[in-house]
Amino acid sequence: MTKELLKGNIAFAEAAVRAGVDAYFGYPITPQTEALEYLSHRMPALGRAFVQAESELGAINMVYGAACTGRRTMTSSSSPGVSLMMEGLSYIAGTEIPMVLVDVMRGGPGLGNIAPAQSDYKHIVHGGGHGDYYPIVLAPANIQETIDLTYGAFELAEKYRSIVVILIDGSIGQMMEPAELPPMKPRKKQFPEWATDGCEGRPARFLTSISLDPPKQEITNLRILKRWQEARANEVICKEYFMEDARYAVVGFGTAGRVALSAVRTARAEGIPVGLVRPVSLHPFPEEVMKRLSKTLDGMLVVEMNNGQMLDDVLVYTKESLPISFIGRPGGVIPMAEEIYSSIQQLVNNPPPIGSSPRDRWFAKVCKEKGL
Amino acid sequence: METTLNRNETIVYQRPASFRPAPTHYCPGCTHGIAHRLLAEVVDEMGIRENTIGVASVGCSVFTYHYFNFDFTQAPHGRAPAMATGIKRTLPERFVLTYQGDGDLASIGMGEITGAAARGENITVIFINNAIYGMTGGQMAPTTLPGQKTSSSQDGRDVKTAGYPIRTSEMLATLDGAAYVVRRSLHSPKEIRRAKKAVRMAFETQARGLGFSMVELLSSCPTNWGYEANDALTWIEENMVPYYPLGDFKVHPALADVKI
Ligand SMILES: Cc1ncc(C[n+]2csc(CCOP(=O)(O)OP(=O)(O)O)c2C)c(N)n1
Ligand code: SF4
Repeated sequence: MTKELLKGNIAFAEAAVRAGVDAYFGYPITPQTEALEYLSHRMPALGRAFVQAESELGAINMVYGAACTGRRTMTSSSSPGVSLMMEGLSYIAGTEIPMVLVDVMRGGPGLGNIAPAQSDYKHIVHGGGHGDYYPIVLAPANIQETIDLTYGAFELAEKYRSIVVILIDGSIGQMMEPAELPPMKPRKKQFPEWATDGCEGRPARFLTSISLDPPKQEITNLRILKRWQEARANEVICKEYFMEDARYAVVGFGTAGRVALSAVRTARAEGIPVGLVRPVSLHPFPEEVMKRLSKTLDGMLVVEMNNGQMLDDVLVYTKESLPISFIGRPGGVIPMAEEIYSSIQQLVNNPPPIGSSPRDRWFAKVCKEKGL
Repeated sequence: METTLNRNETIVYQRPASFRPAPTHYCPGCTHGIAHRLLAEVVDEMGIRENTIGVASVGCSVFTYHYFNFDFTQAPHGRAPAMATGIKRTLPERFVLTYQGDGDLASIGMGEITGAAARGENITVIFINNAIYGMTGGQMAPTTLPGQKTSSSQDGRDVKTAGYPIRTSEMLATLDGAAYVVRRSLHSPKEIRRAKKAVRMAFETQARGLGFSMVELLSSCPTNWGYEANDALTWIEENMVPYYPLGDFKVHPALADVKI
């Protein structure tokens, strides 16, 4: 196999095709639209289903219908579109069927802008739709990783009868990088025992998310939690760079992690024993990694392209154990390696008190700088 | 269903195989049950039970999958046509139907039904128009008649503030993707027979791949209208039919030769 120059949005779309996606439904929204455009000709050419829906409400419910047939199904969108999909995502989770969503995040809230952001961490990782449910959320930081994670996402979704979200930002969707596409998998020929795909030679089935009897709904919720606990135990992915001898760690996912790596390299060149920890699975969150690091390190810097949405999760496992700083760029701004580097320097030279709020300290500084 | 016949006996009436032997939860006198029966008979007569997938909606018919003996799913409020689209596009050889009330289809789900009709989605929609929100206890629906009293229009629907009812079939029939759109009523045996023919024609439309088909059925809600079962049927005839004329609003030319 050889590497080709691929744009993120096209790369995940083709990775899904090669993973055997049977049906794609979407609605145009920047910075994700190239995926929809690409699949509008790629899917029919392969005899697979494609519809440009009337809205994201339409798209997610087309996914819901197709996923009920047990076929591999996906959609992609960007932040405002994903907000509109939340109803359908909750129903799909409640029906316990697999699907894949790619969210190419942009600046928000509201219509916001089309610049890259990590604005959707909370509403993707911690729900967004109503009820108790737990999507598996994966955050690649480059095109190759986006391809690989999308390629494996369908099997992961099927294994846990769960929603799998590939969470990238607009810069990963739009950037071009050399990457290698995997081989074309044959499409699935056997379908799950719950699929409502026509009752030829078997008793009729139904799929629904309604359960008027609360004790029954309780069992459903607990069953969903049980599958989630298995995913939590087995599906954590977290990448570490320069961490063997590190005394400090920068923690960031996706593009923020990628930019932070440059800052870490600079700091290393200056002799600072710092490494990068990049959670790839945001859900399940690398809890054990955080706990371990909180006991062994001298300090941690969390970097995000939002106001500190993942920070709250990091703090759950690390809070009272070591000095923690935060730097965030919300609203579609990508942090510069230089500002991360100077935050590393500050953490090392002037560590904040353990247990003090990293967000409050960051925000006080930002307010001063920006005259807020 | 196995029935042992004695000599000189013939079966003139029995439960369709597409219908499960389950008691329904519908109120006495509600015509949802009649609509179900028609649908089950048509699926049986066409021999497509094992090849049909239904999509239930949100409303009194939410549990309709308990009554039909073929595969079923259940959509969020208003989204059944989108779910049906997903199923049909994935399994084009299957017959796919939605069963929706008027609040579901003509209010919260107007976007999905319009999108499906405009795309000429090759699905069949059974649209129950009872001029009210049944399941939630009788609030005003988009189909509630001017002056009609409901729990959220207690002095009667005031068109000055609540606007006018939607004639959904007429509206959808303007779309080129719609192949068969008709309105029938369930208020008398004669109308019920006509309704069944229309349901059959809608499935024949789908069988021929002609595009979107919908049968709107004027239906009763004695409970929330506050009428006895029979009076509710009279109310359909005297009040609903004049506002919602029965008729064929779109019939694809390729259906001209189909005799049923
Ligand atoms: C998103 C959402 N909004 C509101 C409801 C509450 N709700 C349930 S059924 C219904 C109205 C159904 O009326 P209709 O479609 O006319 O069907 P009928 O019950 O009359 O058969 C409403 C508003 C809901 N389930 N979901
Ligand atoms: S509330 Fe109305 S529509 Fe619902 S079952 Fe009763 S009579 Fe039928």
